[in-house]
Amino acid sequence: MSRTDDTPVTSPAPATAGGPVLRMESVRKTYGRGGTVVLRDVDLEVAPHTVTALIGASGSGKSTLLRCANLLEEIDDGAIFLDGEEITDPRADPDAVRRRIGVVFQAYNLFPHMSVLDNITLAPRRVHGVPRAEAQERARELLARLGLEGRADEYPDRLSGGQQQRVAIARALAGRPRLLLLDEITAALDPELVGEVLRVVRDLKEDGMTMVIATHEMGFAREVADQVCFLEDGVVLERGTPGRVFGEPEHPRTRQFLQRIIEAGRL
Amino acid sequence: MKGTEQGAAPGAAAGSADDGYVPSARRRERERYKRARARRATALAATSTLVTGAVLYFVITAAPGWPRTRETFFSAAYARLALPKVLDGLLLNLRLLVVCGAAVLVLGLLLAVARTLRGPVFFPVRALATAYTDFFRGMPLIICLLMVVFGVPALRLQGVTTDPVVLGGAALVLTYSAYVAEVFRAGIESVHPSQRAAARSLGLSSGQTLRFVVLPQAVRRVVPPLLNDLVSLQKDTGLVSIAGAVDAVYAAQIIASKDFNYTPYVVAGLVFVALTIPMTRLTDWVTARMDRRRAQGGTV
Repeated sequence: MSRTDDTPVTSPAPATAGGPVLRMESVRKTYGRGGTVVLRDVDLEVAPHTVTALIGASGSGKSTLLRCANLLEEIDDGAIFLDGEEITDPRADPDAVRRRIGVVFQAYNLFPHMSVLDNITLAPRRVHGVPRAEAQERARELLARLGLEGRADEYPDRLSGGQQQRVAIARALAGRPRLLLLDEITAALDPELVGEVLRVVRDLKEDGMTMVIATHEMGFAREVADQVCFLEDGVVLERGTPGRVFGEPEHPRTRQFLQRIIEAGRL
Repeated sequence: MKGTEQGAAPGAAAGSADDGYVPSARRRERERYKRARARRATALAATSTLVTGAVLYFVITAAPGWPRTRETFFSAAYARLALPKVLDGLLLNLRLLVVCGAAVLVLGLLLAVARTLRGPVFFPVRALATAYTDFFRGMPLIICLLMVVFGVPALRLQGVTTDPVVLGGAALVLTYSAYVAEVFRAGIESVHPSQRAAARSLGLSSGQTLRFVVLPQAVRRVVPPLLNDLVSLQKDTGLVSIAGAVDAVYAAQIIASKDFNYTPYVVAGLVFVALTIPMTRLTDWVTARMDRRRAQGGTV
């Protein structure tokens, strides 16, 4: 937990190896006995300090991709590498892998029986072995950074959705992850609360956090992402810079999807 | 009289904006009607309670065997004689309740956790816990008691107690831990899987997830049904009397069988009722408090 004083509290843990932070190789994932294919031959590379946006309709496989990267789902075939090390190897320790990845969920998933401070310090104290006082100090720093000063002793149900989601981000950051996975983190929020959460994500990008974001906020994806991947039926149909994918989509399905988004007034 | 106060108060409250609000004739008429309806309902309820009580009283006292029954079951002299002895015996019931209650909660929680373990490694543990709960939940308590209290001493095992209190308590624990395990299990399964996913994605092991995230929420949710089972355990401690332990029920039996007067049983029964009432009220209070928390938008 060494950190020089001028690095922001939200910056990622330093790299242990060069190359991409996250790499997926021909990942295949099916659900249930019928074998519904959710991810088909998915390749993905996420370079350090970059933001990858996953876009696509509901059910296209965005969330499953994130859950696989965090080993919450077991993949059927292919391989996933974190900092060059294969995490889908059955010999790998999934708890050790998850310690290095932060996840923020659509429904926040805060622990309702714990105060904001306890939510944030749970993993540092119990998983990373950080002493209580140090964990709490860092949690307060994080809360201040995310504009939640004075909320440390509240319980999640006393906070607004936007505040809860920012606490969830603080909780994910408390373990100093190498990589942050954001699963449609504004989808459950009232429109006027979306901005405060997206602002936090923008700040995290400034601090150099590596992120993979599944999102329906096309304007935000366009602005913040270095790489955009369009998924349909578990296949990455198109990928590139936001300017390319949103500006000159090559695939007709991408054009169709973006057209529908524009008609819905969300781009 | 309360109605008139209520009639005036909202007008005053609304008038805090100083808009000169005066209740309309329509409102005054509605409130008059509601007060009259409430009076009629109260009168009706009081009358029917009185009539029912009177009918019961006359039916019972007019019964041909009533004088004899009153003497056998409701004799003041026997009640005075029995009460101190019954209360002495009750101490044993209370001790049993405390010790067995604690053991039941611990064992029940362990059984519930064993049943929720996943993975093929834990199959034997899971199967054993399932068999245990199935068996002891289905077995009538009195048969379990008889088997433990008379079966264990019959084995003449060295170093194993033959004390009826200990054995009776053990039988209570066997049966009640199976019930309580199912209550705990329901609580554990009611915690949403997304809570588990959040904990695991923070790097917590499955054991840590259970301890810090799942169990605290599960236990909170099952407090009311658990208290309910403890009330039930409290009165079932009276069953150890069949093993010959001198508890409140057995103390009553000793007096009753001397003169064939059943008043001591009635006294013992009323003492148990008096004992469970505070516990039942506590259960109500806890449940109401939790409902209020939920109503405030809590997710617990």
